[in-house]
Amino acid sequence: MLLSVTGLSIAVAAGRAVDQVSFTLDRGEVLALVGESGAGKSLTGAALIGLLPEGARLAGGRLEFAGVALERLAEPGWRRLRGRRIGAVFQDPLAALDPLARIGDQLVETLRVHHAASRPRARRQAAEWLAQVGIPAARARAWPHELSGGMRQRVAIALALAPRPALLIADEPTTALDVSLRGQVAALLRRLATGQGTAVLLISHDIASVAAAADRVAVMYAGRIVETGATAALLRAPAHPYTAALLAARPGILHRPDRLPAIEGTMPPPGATVTGCAFAPRCGRADARCAAEAPDLPPHGAACWHHD
Amino acid sequence: MSRLLLTRLLEAVPVLLISAAAAFALGQVAGDPLAALGLDASAAQRAAAAARLGLDAPLPEQYLRFLWAALHGDFGFSIRLARPVGALLLERLPATVELAGAAFLVALAAGIPAGMLAALHPRGLAARAVMAVSLLGVSLPTFLTGTLLILLFAATLRWLPSFGRGEVVALGGWSTGLLTGSGRLALILPALTLGAFQAALLLRLVADGMRGALASGHVRFARARGLPPRLIRRHALRHALVPVLAAFGMQLGLLVAFSIVTEQVFQWPGIGLLLVQSIAAADVPVMTAYLVLTSVLFVALSLLADLLALAVDPRLRQGRGG
Ligand SMILES: Nc1ncnc2c1ncn2[C@@H]1O[C@H](COP(=O)(O)OP(=O)(O)O)[C@@H](O)[C@H]1O
Ligand code: SF4
Ligand SMILES: [Mg+2]
Repeated sequence: MLLSVTGLSIAVAAGRAVDQVSFTLDRGEVLALVGESGAGKSLTGAALIGLLPEGARLAGGRLEFAGVALERLAEPGWRRLRGRRIGAVFQDPLAALDPLARIGDQLVETLRVHHAASRPRARRQAAEWLAQVGIPAARARAWPHELSGGMRQRVAIALALAPRPALLIADEPTTALDVSLRGQVAALLRRLATGQGTAVLLISHDIASVAAAADRVAVMYAGRIVETGATAALLRAPAHPYTAALLAARPGILHRPDRLPAIEGTMPPPGATVTGCAFAPRCGRADARCAAEAPDLPPHGAACWHHD
Repeated sequence: MSRLLLTRLLEAVPVLLISAAAAFALGQVAGDPLAALGLDASAAQRAAAAARLGLDAPLPEQYLRFLWAALHGDFGFSIRLARPVGALLLERLPATVELAGAAFLVALAAGIPAGMLAALHPRGLAARAVMAVSLLGVSLPTFLTGTLLILLFAATLRWLPSFGRGEVVALGGWSTGLLTGSGRLALILPALTLGAFQAALLLRLVADGMRGALASGHVRFARARGLPPRLIRRHALRHALVPVLAAFGMQLGLLVAFSIVTEQVFQWPGIGLLLVQSIAAADVPVMTAYLVLTSVLFVALSLLADLLALAVDPRLRQGRGG
């Protein structure tokens, strides 16, 4: 097992934003983390690469990565891991690339930092990586602003994968892209990552991306994982009412995650006092037990008293 | 790129014409070119002199003639010194240029590292001290900074001269103080005085820019890729310098403007001091020429700044939008 997360909790000023999250990842495996905006997905991903934003801190849990206890790492330790062993791509491809450097040079710089390759050799590798993500080698001299959003995100993927990390955190890598491109870019990400043995934590709103790329899915709600399962089975037959609602509300989630509440009601924010199941106020199946007692997540299945 | 440059050049023309018009108007309002004739000149004598000097022509024609002469560096004669104004200014220009240049170096050498420090360790003691000193630098008027420096280094410690330019050497038409020991010593206090304000301003620009860059998506992505802190700092600094370059032309122009005060405090024989002396003597031709010269300097410096910004930021080279 490459990564084992046990009881990960992350605190923000308001309270717990991630609460007792556990999951595992094998070498070369792709695990999707889905859920509404604010569920705690990005914080979970950020904790795994030691880049929690200001105002958020680790409040507990064990993060074991290839024999390293990540929760105990200080900044110098993180620096040895970042990029080389654990990589990341983030949501906004417009903001991810340095606007003042040519894309080829950014790749060369990254390759040289990690492999101390000679400049000509790094140039060759950079050209190969661009080809891998479907960008002609001649565009190595292009500036980021000359590329489309899809191309920029593919460059970002090449940048993150080029040092051949064992784990890649991909935080909504397709959300900013045109709907028609999302599945394609997610599939490319999967092909390149698994092809070199890189495991991926794929954080996504987008069911098409998840279906195209993930082996397993974990559904997050209000800081907790409420259901896990193999991708095909979970998409076909969701067990948790929240997962079912998420899939039913697909177009809403796909297009306007922030504007159209895909499901009636809102998710409790960090620090809200919740007794019983956090989904109960929005759940059609809720009963007295749901309101009183919080269900636990079994090893395989859903945290729900009345799941399918 | 050359098209952008061309637009900038074309934009400079009305700016220069307007400032020349302002300078010309100043001459109309403040000066009586016939004052030299004396109070007991007869009306006929005055009219004859006016006709000789072209002062009876309509104003627009006089303005055009003024422009034409200015284009040839001809601003008439100084009333106070009875010498051609163009030559007078050229003689004083090296002192001001060397002072402004040295002050700019002071500002760069102090402002950029201090700004980086303030952005990289915002809660550190050093950063707080730097920000406090910079606040002082921004708010202290130049003449006060200069006077305090003179009190400390010239009057009390007696390390440095408090006035003048020291010994100068002529290099072709250029008189430089940089090649003599006394010239270099004399430059220190004025350059510090003039540079202090600029350093404080630059520090704040760099610190803001670095803070913004460090919080940006591409720096976060660079961290996630494992780029070492040294490279991250370099990336962030490059971004911080883009707005600094944009402000650069104005900054250098302001250096020339503020040098008026500094030159007076240190009796530095540049064009600023010349202006002050000319104002006191109502020497209008010199004042007019000073205005024209400094507006040309301003325009040239902001063109230079545009060029530098274009060289650094590829997004600007793409033309408008995008
Ligand atoms: N730096 C932060 N400071 C304070 N609260 C934060 C911070 N980052 C995220 N949060 C809060 O934590 C919760 C989870 O955020 P996040 O992990 O970004 O959600 P997701 O990625 O699932 O949309 C949200 O309620 C968000 O407002
Ligand atoms: S536990 Fe109850 S409220 Fe929560 S999801 Fe299941 S049925 Fe709905
Ligand atoms: Mg997020």
